[in-house]
Amino acid sequence: MGKSEEVVLLNYWPSPYGMRAMIALAEKGVQYEYVSVDVVNNKTQLLLQMNPVHKKVPVLIHNGSPVCESLVIVQYIDELWAGDAKPVFLPSDPYQRAQARFWAHYIDEIFEFGRKIWIKTGEEVEKGKKELVDSLKLMESQLGDKPYFGGEELGYVDIALVPYYSWFYTYEQFGNISIEAECPKLVDWAKRCMKKESVNKALPDPVKVHDFVVMLRKKFGVDS
Amino acid sequence: MANELILLDTWVSPFGMRVRIALREKGIKFEYKEEDLTNKSDLLLKMNPIHKKIPVLIHNGKPVRESGIIVQYVDEVWHDKAPLLPSEPYPRAQARFWADFVDKKIYDTGRKIWTTKGDEQKSATEEFIGYLKTLEAELGDKPYFGGEKLGYVDVTMIPFYSWFHAYEVSGNFSIESNCPKLMAWAKRCMQHESVSKTLPDPKKVYEFILQLKKRLGIE
Repeated sequence: MGKSEEVVLLNYWPSPYGMRAMIALAEKGVQYEYVSVDVVNNKTQLLLQMNPVHKKVPVLIHNGSPVCESLVIVQYIDELWAGDAKPVFLPSDPYQRAQARFWAHYIDEIFEFGRKIWIKTGEEVEKGKKELVDSLKLMESQLGDKPYFGGEELGYVDIALVPYYSWFYTYEQFGNISIEAECPKLVDWAKRCMKKESVNKALPDPVKVHDFVVMLRKKFGVDS
Repeated sequence: MANELILLDTWVSPFGMRVRIALREKGIKFEYKEEDLTNKSDLLLKMNPIHKKIPVLIHNGKPVRESGIIVQYVDEVWHDKAPLLPSEPYPRAQARFWADFVDKKIYDTGRKIWTTKGDEQKSATEEFIGYLKTLEAELGDKPYFGGEKLGYVDVTMIPFYSWFHAYEVSGNFSIESNCPKLMAWAKRCMQHESVSKTLPDPKKVYEFILQLKKRLGIE
């Protein structure tokens, strides 16, 4: 491939979806330009041009052409940057691949449960707590005794889930729960992932995420 | 290896229709099991314990869940017959993006049209038309979203064509007058036996939602 590759990632640091793309790019050793877009306060022209449909991050721009939606981006990265002893995220067997896609799809629901804890009040928060803990326990049972959801190596489901680890502290603070107490094996798994440079470089400081959510709550008028 | 395929589904589900179209496009034989969603079978609860939803494709005893995932699975296993996803990564990413758009926007907004009234319904109808126009723009001058042939996005979206009449009557609007190119695309798809054999009579879909509204206690 003689042509120079231009890879740009539009992202905002607290986004777990953006973290997925960052981990995937780092795992494959792809050099890219990181462009930060403050989607809360100021969506830029570039973002609106590259993702006119959803106006959201992350957006991967490859040689000028955009790819949107985090799981679509991760699959694209997996398919495009293949070979040469690079890691592979999705299993090669179609049935295993379908299972990995199912769990990644399910993981998106987990973020919605967690969201209830910090953006809602009263009963909705309790509901969110239960749904979050139940879904994390389900993921824990899926992991079983494997080091990663992908088996011996980080895979698609690991990349889809591990970004939420940076949000656990926020859920714990607002929900008054301990995720470590509820799902110790899952937290072990997350710490194992964090030993990888691709993951620990992508995930922000959980306390910073919490401060960000405090700001969001004020902005949306949740805290009276 | 004997290929045993069982599809747990219900006649009116646009999600189930996607799977049926994909299987029929590829000429794959399968056993269809109609589920009564008010009385889910033990098999469904066993095969999809998390969501308890249809469609579920059971291939040699192993379940595949979520319609988009099932269609991709079928496309990968029977890749030599009528491929639905593009072979190149970038067009494939675009196809996945647009299928995800249909999944996120069409069913839920459409549902608001027949479950609400007044301003809420009007707002849902406008939102729905907006999404259809976005799809129309993406289609452009191509005969299909997949280009010259039926593809992944076509299979994902076309089942909703059988629900258009129900949306139109409920929301008192015309999809044809708002999105003529999309209607032309839908009629083009209906010329495929895989589609025309799968999509139910729109009038039956409308009767179904009237009954569903009664059951859900919606006026």
